[in-house]
Amino acid sequence: MARIELQDVRKSYAGQEVIHGVTIDIANGEFVVIVGPSGCGKSTLLRMVAGLEEISAGTIRIGDRVVNTLEPRERNIAMVFQNYALYPHMSVRDNMAYGLKIAGLSKADIDAAVARAASMLELEPFLDRKPRALSGGQRQRVAMGRALVREPAAFLLDEPLSNLDAKLRVQMRLQIKDLHLRTGQTTLYVTHDQVEAMTLADRLVVMDRGIAQQIATPHEVYTTPANEFVAGFIGSPAMNIFDVRSEGGILVLPGGHRVTVADPPPDGDLRLGLRPEDVETVSDGADAFPVVIHSVEWLGADAYGYCVIDNSDTQLTVRMPGNAPAARGDRLKISLSRSRLHFFSKEDGRRLKAQRAS
Amino acid sequence: MRRTVFPHKLLPWLLLAPQLAITLIFFYWPAAQAFRQSVLKEDPFGLSSAFVGLANFRKVLSDPAYLNAVQVTVVFSLLVAFSALAIALFLAVQAEKIIRGKGFYRTMMIWPYAVAPAIAGMLWLFMFNPSFGTLAWPLRQIGINWNPLLDGDDAMILVVAAATWKQISYNFLFFVAGLQAIPKSLLEAAAIDGASRRHAFWTIVFPLLTPTTFFLLVVNTVYALFDTFGIIHAVTGGGPGKSTETLVYKVYNDGFVNLIMGDSAAQSVILMVIVIALTAFQFRFIERRVHYG
Repeated sequence: MARIELQDVRKSYAGQEVIHGVTIDIANGEFVVIVGPSGCGKSTLLRMVAGLEEISAGTIRIGDRVVNTLEPRERNIAMVFQNYALYPHMSVRDNMAYGLKIAGLSKADIDAAVARAASMLELEPFLDRKPRALSGGQRQRVAMGRALVREPAAFLLDEPLSNLDAKLRVQMRLQIKDLHLRTGQTTLYVTHDQVEAMTLADRLVVMDRGIAQQIATPHEVYTTPANEFVAGFIGSPAMNIFDVRSEGGILVLPGGHRVTVADPPPDGDLRLGLRPEDVETVSDGADAFPVVIHSVEWLGADAYGYCVIDNSDTQLTVRMPGNAPAARGDRLKISLSRSRLHFFSKEDGRRLKAQRAS
Repeated sequence: MRRTVFPHKLLPWLLLAPQLAITLIFFYWPAAQAFRQSVLKEDPFGLSSAFVGLANFRKVLSDPAYLNAVQVTVVFSLLVAFSALAIALFLAVQAEKIIRGKGFYRTMMIWPYAVAPAIAGMLWLFMFNPSFGTLAWPLRQIGINWNPLLDGDDAMILVVAAATWKQISYNFLFFVAGLQAIPKSLLEAAAIDGASRRHAFWTIVFPLLTPTTFFLLVVNTVYALFDTFGIIHAVTGGGPGKSTETLVYKVYNDGFVNLIMGDSAAQSVILMVIVIALTAFQFRFIERRVHYG
């Protein structure tokens, strides 16, 4: 177990910088998830920690050692790959024992370590099978097992669940969480799936275009996103974000609607962010504005109304109770004052201030 | 397995006909001829022939020159197949590491395959001819008494080198393809598991390459047994003193030079049996150790 420290880590390919200085300090035993859209550099970052990619600048420390130039095998880490990377010609047992054999452990120690990992992952019945005779979920568990047996300083997982079907993914997610609680292993986990990110992480690193846009707890990322990208990326359906103008305590919305807000932002043009679940429908009021529903998605307990702000073409998603009657063409009144609002700078998308209903 | 259903019975036979015709004319017919010839004895002028049963086989198998050819063939084939596989695998692994000019390097590596066997033989002959060979002179300068025209071992080394050189390209191509089919993440996983490059090669790459290696082993054995005729013919002509006379060369020599058709046919039948047995052996016993994907 160890702490992982990234200090201004950069990566360039042929003069083109793709990771623009990432700094993270991962505490011993912490579960950190790097999340971002495809191509944001999250896998590259993980592979740099693993030593599979060279770093162009910066420092990576694992434990107390700077590992910048160390080979992967000298870094004392274990990694789970997206395609599992199981050795196809070896049995499950040999797959898990491979690293231990190289480390020169005695046969008895290897057998004990493999047995322990196998029982933790319920792999005992499959130990003598080849990977091709296993299902996707079983292969995934073998990959986890191969990482576990070595008791490394840190555990790196690169989209380990993205090849599984939805149901299995939920199951494995819980298992990974459970394993982490039991082993207390420092873990760095890469995913593009925000549900995985939110549920697993002690802390999240939201990445976009090679920049760590925000590093915080899932709760903090959700409630106070650092910028417009994070606000739009985390949350499903995505946060409504649109242009507004602030004029002396009054917000001018698309379509010319003027509404009052309790704690207004500074005057000027800015971007307003509003989560679908924070939108409140009211009968009327000085702080309300009209929207028109153009489609409704009913999910059971909830329903999402996809609306357009009246007199404009700005779309707004609204979460409604599942039993609320709503249909295409209905008009709703929406209140901002009691909702949780996020304001972002129109120039650079940075968060301006957090507002809460009192 | 997908089954295709044809509307009527004739069409599949028509579609197979060209392939069947080629196989019949160029394989079964000559093979049958060889069998027929092997039990006949022809007079020196080729005017008449008589049935002699297995006499030709008995004569051939008790001939010390024939047993010598068997020994030469075993040595030659083992050396050629092993060297051609080992060198090609080494080069293919090295080619994987190249970053710039990969395509150029590969193209250059494949060219020797386009050279006809006899031409390849001539090239090696010119390079290593003891009196005017470009490379024979430096060999003598460093104190090696090089003379493939007189020394049987030197001659063997020369034909093995020429035959190997020619086959490396073919093997290289297959090894490169085989190496590319191994997912990079396996080697990365091995690196993280603590394996050195060398260890990862022998425990991951080499076992996963066995389907390719096995296929090439079969092909190379057949190559060394049959297709090297042109090289031997051009470089040593079986000499000096039969030291490089392989079975297939002796078939040619006895049949078309010495015109002992019955002996030659019996030898080619034996050769056919040897190759069939060898290939069956390879599939039966070596293929067990092959890991297909």
